[in-house]
Amino acid sequence: MSGSTDRPPVRVVLAKLGLDGHDRGLKVVARMLRDGGMEVVYLGLRQTTDTIIDAVEQEDADVVGISMLNAGHLTLGPRMVEALADAGLDVPVVIGGIVPDEDLPAMANAGVAGVLGPGATAEEVVACVRAAADARG
Amino acid sequence: MAATRGGERWATARLLSLVERGGPLADEVAERTWALLHGDATVDAISGRRANRAHVVGVTGPPGAGKSTLVAVWTTRLVERGHRPAVLAVDPSSPLTGGAILGDRVRMAEATAAGVFIRSMATRGHAGGLALAVPGMVRVLELAGFDPVVVETVGVGQVEVDVASAADTVLVVVTPGMGDAVQANKAGLLEVADLFAVNKSDRPDAAGVRRDLELMLDLSDLTGHGRRRHDTRTDGWSRPAVVSTVATTGAGVDELADATDAHLAGLAAVGTLVARREDRWRAEVRSHVDHLLLETSRGVVSGLSVGTGAPAAVARELAAGLVGGAEGDR
Repeated sequence: MSGSTDRPPVRVVLAKLGLDGHDRGLKVVARMLRDGGMEVVYLGLRQTTDTIIDAVEQEDADVVGISMLNAGHLTLGPRMVEALADAGLDVPVVIGGIVPDEDLPAMANAGVAGVLGPGATAEEVVACVRAAADARG
Repeated sequence: MAATRGGERWATARLLSLVERGGPLADEVAERTWALLHGDATVDAISGRRANRAHVVGVTGPPGAGKSTLVAVWTTRLVERGHRPAVLAVDPSSPLTGGAILGDRVRMAEATAAGVFIRSMATRGHAGGLALAVPGMVRVLELAGFDPVVVETVGVGQVEVDVASAADTVLVVVTPGMGDAVQANKAGLLEVADLFAVNKSDRPDAAGVRRDLELMLDLSDLTGHGRRRHDTRTDGWSRPAVVSTVATTGAGVDELADATDAHLAGLAAVGTLVARREDRWRAEVRSHVDHLLLETSRGVVSGLSVGTGAPAAVARELAAGLVGGAEGDR
């Protein structure tokens, strides 16, 4: 609030999409992003594209982060990107979790802005989300 | 602004971000919001409510009391009753990194589905900034047609309590297992409450909490402390209502909704609603004056050379120069 020149923190909506009950990774990522100076709007488990869109819209989020450990990324990743576009929201999607290397081109083609796998460091996570936010402008 | 008024949620969200960010653009948005809200509103002579002014409800209480869950079920109930509630949920930023984890939506999925507008907000380190930003954000939500506008803060810091207290109705949520009545006295939350919810009241020690709370309120009555200006009575202290709730089952939520409505009606009936809002307006002006003076003094002081005199004397001289003749009026 000290002036209009410094940029406000990046706002990230973090969620698990669909029926996947493992949110430990998401909590770790939330902490990494917070410690990277970002504001994390944490939605947690069992979200739908609709609940995520509500949150992105109302929170004026810069990035959506979804976590996938159940091999749903090929279906749900593109569906999330499309749903945001349909809602008129120009907000990049970053996917974290288990995404096999051979699926990476498909993710990029679908418009997913970034993919973070196991072993990504806190610096990598923050840099990836920041890059997605910056690319949006 | 037109889109916000038209009920476009994305536009409301963008305006909230602008006001939250502060600076010249925020001031401009805030000024235009004010003009739109006050320019063409017809004032109801009896209630003092403007056609497009919302019931502002502050909700505070210790961490883990169930504020978010309770606000979620309460606002969902209000939607069922035909209202359009919005919630501004304030959580602390990390003082070290400036980041924050805003978790209120986790407990508010039901309310989101019902159509309640929820905005999470981090304190962003600047205590003064919060006091500047929140009233402006509340007005953006009013402009968008939301009523009531609920401001939820954790009741652990004077600023957070003050922010939630800048409301028409202040709800304090307490819960069993948070210490006895002596703790409740310490917390400093008793004085600001218009209304209490004893949440998690299905717990065995809930009756004890309620009894302790009532005792503390008896003592407030006795000493006269905790009396709020512009209360629902003009001839004495009006004792805050106490409602027992179980947010997770929805028990007591109807009573809570009735009690908040009754409080607003009570203020309007005795004519203190207008006075309360005028107090709030003055407090907001004061926050802005503090902020402007702070910024000015920072600039002036950073240019001083050490050793020009005793700090207090130098300060007095500077202050006299900054505010001109105004300091004599205080």
